[in-house]
Amino acid sequence: MEDVITLDYGSGGGKTSKLISDLILPLINKDHEKTGALCDGAVLDILKGTGDGNQRLVFSTDSFVVDPRFFPGGDIGKLSVCGTVNDLAMMGAEPAYLSLSFIIEEGFSAEELKTIAMSIGRTAKEAGVRIVTGDTKVVDRGRGDGIYINTSGIGFVDSDLFPEGYSLKPENICAGDSVIVSGTVGDHGTAVMLARNPEFGMGGGEGSDMLLSDCAPLNREALALARGLGKDLRVMRDPTRGGLATALNEFVEDRQDVGIEILEKEIPISDTVRSICDILGLDPLYCACEGRLIAVVSGECEDRALSILKREPHGSGAAVIGHVTEKTPGRLVIRTVLGTGRIAVKLSGAQLPRIC
Amino acid sequence: MPETRESSKEHKSRDGIIRLMEVCGTHTMAIARNGIKSLLPPGVKLISGPGCPVCVTPPQVVDAVLGLSELECRPVIATYGDMIRVPGSRPGDTLMKRRALGADVRIVYSPVDAVELAEKERDRQVIFLGAGFETTAPGTAAAIGAAADRGLKNFTVFSMLKKVEPSVRALASDPSFSVQGFLCPGHVAVVTGEKGMKFFSEDLGYPAVISGFEPEEILKAITLLLKQIRNGESKLENAYSTVVSADGNTIAQEMMEKYFALRSDIWRGLGLIPDSGFGIREEYSDMDAEKRFDIKIGEPKQDSGCHCGDVIKGAMEPSECPLFGKACVPEEPVGPCMVSPEGACAAAWKYRDVSA
Repeated sequence: MEDVITLDYGSGGGKTSKLISDLILPLINKDHEKTGALCDGAVLDILKGTGDGNQRLVFSTDSFVVDPRFFPGGDIGKLSVCGTVNDLAMMGAEPAYLSLSFIIEEGFSAEELKTIAMSIGRTAKEAGVRIVTGDTKVVDRGRGDGIYINTSGIGFVDSDLFPEGYSLKPENICAGDSVIVSGTVGDHGTAVMLARNPEFGMGGGEGSDMLLSDCAPLNREALALARGLGKDLRVMRDPTRGGLATALNEFVEDRQDVGIEILEKEIPISDTVRSICDILGLDPLYCACEGRLIAVVSGECEDRALSILKREPHGSGAAVIGHVTEKTPGRLVIRTVLGTGRIAVKLSGAQLPRIC
Repeated sequence: MPETRESSKEHKSRDGIIRLMEVCGTHTMAIARNGIKSLLPPGVKLISGPGCPVCVTPPQVVDAVLGLSELECRPVIATYGDMIRVPGSRPGDTLMKRRALGADVRIVYSPVDAVELAEKERDRQVIFLGAGFETTAPGTAAAIGAAADRGLKNFTVFSMLKKVEPSVRALASDPSFSVQGFLCPGHVAVVTGEKGMKFFSEDLGYPAVISGFEPEEILKAITLLLKQIRNGESKLENAYSTVVSADGNTIAQEMMEKYFALRSDIWRGLGLIPDSGFGIREEYSDMDAEKRFDIKIGEPKQDSGCHCGDVIKGAMEPSECPLFGKACVPEEPVGPCMVSPEGACAAAWKYRDVSA
């Protein structure tokens, strides 16, 4: 751990994990493993209701600082709802309530705030969540980058969704399981990168439709999988910062018995994303998605999982990209188009465009 | 093609292993990403040469770059992304850390973006860190030209730009150097043309093939090299003729000629090599950051135990370095080869081969 916090600690990769595990957690919560503080959402043993309505509660929070605030396919408002909704949904929960907090910089346009609020309202409606509490702070000019948003949310896991004591977590993964992604990867990260750098001349400005962010609430897709597969659904994750390769690494990094092997040619990547990443020297497997989920399901349920996803609005591009294997425990291996295998590690810091 | 030289004796392998060297960071990365090493027949090895711009920059020059952030005028340091994580002589001292401590470091994607910055912020000194080879030198030359045309008084370039040929000549003159053929850098060749690559075969007597970057193109180039070696030939072949012409990009060559003059330059691992660096011509010295800010390149401050110099020379495989994967990982790199995605160590770490 360095003595100052550099931007790399916010990349969502190895350095972020290090910051949390080495600096923050030891000082605040020694029994974090019980509540799952290292997952996107914590499953809490608080039961709601009585009789046949017993439900477990899932709690999650996320902050949004995207630059630019408006990008093709979304904006910071839509993102702030989708981010927390998706974190809850990945735990198998039906998202129910959100809190919404703004930190606004003095001088921020009221019109822009209105547009963001409308987007929040629209996305919450689409996701079927209610915003029930919130907070607003205004900071001096120069002390915030326009606007920051935090949302926290709670959702409930139906007691009849999974057998008693079962929850979605990487420990459920077994050899022979299949790895599914719900659509093309890297769209959001690449779209935002283009929107941030209109000088690339590769589109990406406001109103450009060459490449849209995948930003979307995934609770329908996630819940459909959980309802349709039960215990055959092992774990889900929305590969945000750090992208597909980092999320898959997190599934198996603590395992001594299994690893994941994915087939490069099966990973859905749009030609646009592939070309842009090629030019900028980025790897699409490490670019953020905001409306995609990865699911690990039992091998025999592979086809069923695919057909469930394909029926949903944000799952039409779903594909099986690989399998859980005993051959490379603890590792993510990518089988290239040449048939060679390579280990893909977690993202360490932010991806940086290279020189030539 | 000129007469080929009977050179196989000259560059015969001492231990029977055929070593082929690539001198382009993008090749290093493509080879690792596609697991090409695991496809090679036994007795054939690919080793990386001085082809990664960040890697060949010596620690004392990185110290000078870091020193720019201490200038009284508090300049904007505009740089390609991979430069910001390279530590100078002191471990952990990077532009990224300097930025966290208050230095104004901005990532740009092209030298012309830095000129735009200078245009927009006329009251700030903007220093562009020019790194790279004949690949990025023409763009940097264009930026100097653009800034001169616009009469910008607040734009300078700190040139670390290098010419590939002298470094290869220096390597080859080392009696312990043992390589049997070269995969010539495709991007550099686009600029220099085939004529800029002839020295590999004509002067140095090596089999040489100009290669593209797709896995199939690299495999084809390797095959051509092996055929030459088997036949005892040493000629230059162009396996990237879709983009590399006989004379190269003459406009780019003229730009380099107009704004740069060759000077002695220090290379990590190789030391001072005459006529190997692109210095800014006297006529444009007001665009030369070294002159405007009176920057002196000192001695490295301490020995970090880094073996990047040996890795760059092909004398050591990344995995043979005692720091590799232990004290030196992408999260906390000791040397530049672990920083840049094009660095031999970063590529070897990120894309480890699996023989499974």
